[in-house]
Amino acid sequence: MIQISDVSHQISGLPILTDVTFTLPKGGITALIGPNGAGKSTLLSLMARLSKVQTGAISFDGADVSTTPTQALAKRLSILRQDNSVSARLTVEDLVGFGRYPHHKGRPNAEDHRLVQEALAAMALMPLRQRFLDELSGGQRQRAFVAMVLAQDTDYVLLDEPLNYLDMKHARQMMERLRDTAREQGKSFVIVIHDINFAAAYADRIVALKNGRLHAVGTPKDIVTRPMLKQVFDLDIIVENIRNLPVAIHQIAPFPERQEHP
Amino acid sequence: MGLALTSILVMALLSLTIGVADMSFGAVLQGQVDDALILLASRVPRTMALILTGASMAIAGLIFQMLTRNKFVEPATAGTAESAGLGLLVAVFFLPTVPMLAKMLLASGFAIAGTVLFLRLLDRLPRHQPLLVPLVGLMLGGVIGAVATFFAYQTDLLQYLGIWTTGEFSGVLRGRYELLWITGGLALIGYLYADRFSIIGMGSDVAITLGLNHRGVMWLGLLVVSVITAVVVVTVGSIPFLGLIVPNIVSRMVGDNLRAAVPWAASLGAGLLLFCDILGRVLRAPYEVPIGTILGVLGSAVFLMLLLGRQSHAVR
Repeated sequence: MIQISDVSHQISGLPILTDVTFTLPKGGITALIGPNGAGKSTLLSLMARLSKVQTGAISFDGADVSTTPTQALAKRLSILRQDNSVSARLTVEDLVGFGRYPHHKGRPNAEDHRLVQEALAAMALMPLRQRFLDELSGGQRQRAFVAMVLAQDTDYVLLDEPLNYLDMKHARQMMERLRDTAREQGKSFVIVIHDINFAAAYADRIVALKNGRLHAVGTPKDIVTRPMLKQVFDLDIIVENIRNLPVAIHQIAPFPERQEHP
Repeated sequence: MGLALTSILVMALLSLTIGVADMSFGAVLQGQVDDALILLASRVPRTMALILTGASMAIAGLIFQMLTRNKFVEPATAGTAESAGLGLLVAVFFLPTVPMLAKMLLASGFAIAGTVLFLRLLDRLPRHQPLLVPLVGLMLGGVIGAVATFFAYQTDLLQYLGIWTTGEFSGVLRGRYELLWITGGLALIGYLYADRFSIIGMGSDVAITLGLNHRGVMWLGLLVVSVITAVVVVTVGSIPFLGLIVPNIVSRMVGDNLRAAVPWAASLGAGLLLFCDILGRVLRAPYEVPIGTILGVLGSAVFLMLLLGRQSHAVR
């Protein structure tokens, strides 16, 4: 269970998050949505202890991120940041292998090796595993970083826009893989997603942030509605129900209503 | 790797045989005392010093580039070596009677302080401007070097300064190079902590996510780099370019996973230094060209090639 209580955060005097409180049950996929600057990435950084919590508390299964030793947290939660500025020249396999570091501390065993191969296979990276990162396309790099996070094999996985740079095929594959992992292994994913339809299709619950405040928490059917999206994104978006899934047609403005037939 | 080690062995043997004084292995085996003395008191120490210095400076450069996450810096051009030199001057002037080891410790302290200052400056530079990093390093090194020169000028120690700013192995004799073994030990730490330094090279976010004690490993790296540099400056003088070009070549060859890169850097560093020193000894024998000069010419050429050859890799 992830508990976020009264979290507020400021960066150089500007409020980024204000009194955010919510609880997520263990297991499944949670999508974090909201407009640019809503505080999604900041919240994820605080959850992953990459930034210090200023006010409030965040805990995973009761372990507070501010007080639990970082080595212990590394076995419980992992994060993929939005910008992976890793410039080190590593092979894909080496990079994913470093995901196992919290467990083996430099002495990988057969189990570590197996999990690395699994993560590589899950992200369809087996043919690329000997390649250096600087020889990959943006989407391939992105998959390599997600594989590294998966290899870390933590109960909680935080992903900041994992679908960046991915084509349709790999985006769908990645979401399917994450959903399967969540179901089969009981892992919890918190994913910042910009494509609301991916959130609707794969998330078990959606958390909507706006202006640094929690706006709503609910199932995709609760959140992906025309009035709710209007509130969160300040944008009028048609939502159709297709195959029992809410589908937002956000790319175009709603049709001018009945103007052709006065 | 086998080829690299074999060529180092061959060059080491060459290094033992080349010199102004006549010495042959045959004579040593026959019990000629003079020949044995030259071999043990001069040739062996010089060859060992070359290997230790080459290997450890290359590893120091490699770790330094991981700490700074920048491929254009090395301790000899970023204030570390200059600070060590300044520390040594201070030791010579204020504590002329203390043993060499104590002077080396003071030089190490100065080197650590200089490196900390450089890393602090780095934090304030924009990340997307990687070429600023070596420029700031060179400027910092220049400023500290100027302070050292002024101090030396005021205290009549300019001659000493010259010895430490230009690396030179002709003065290496038994009893005057043994401190260098410390660098061997530190280089070993570089290998044992290779995984941690590799993770540092991926940035603080990755390091924290993987549960690494980021500050602790940064400090360890800083210590290893600073002390290696200080010991080298104190015993043979500053060795430029080696810590810059060897890690770049190794990165091209095997990548930045230090588990694989450290042994390669050690071998190439030792090999390159042996090669340059042998060259310096034979070019205008019986005189010697200082190794710093050879390395400067060779190193800048190699570095320009690396820079122009595949810019995308190093600059990213």
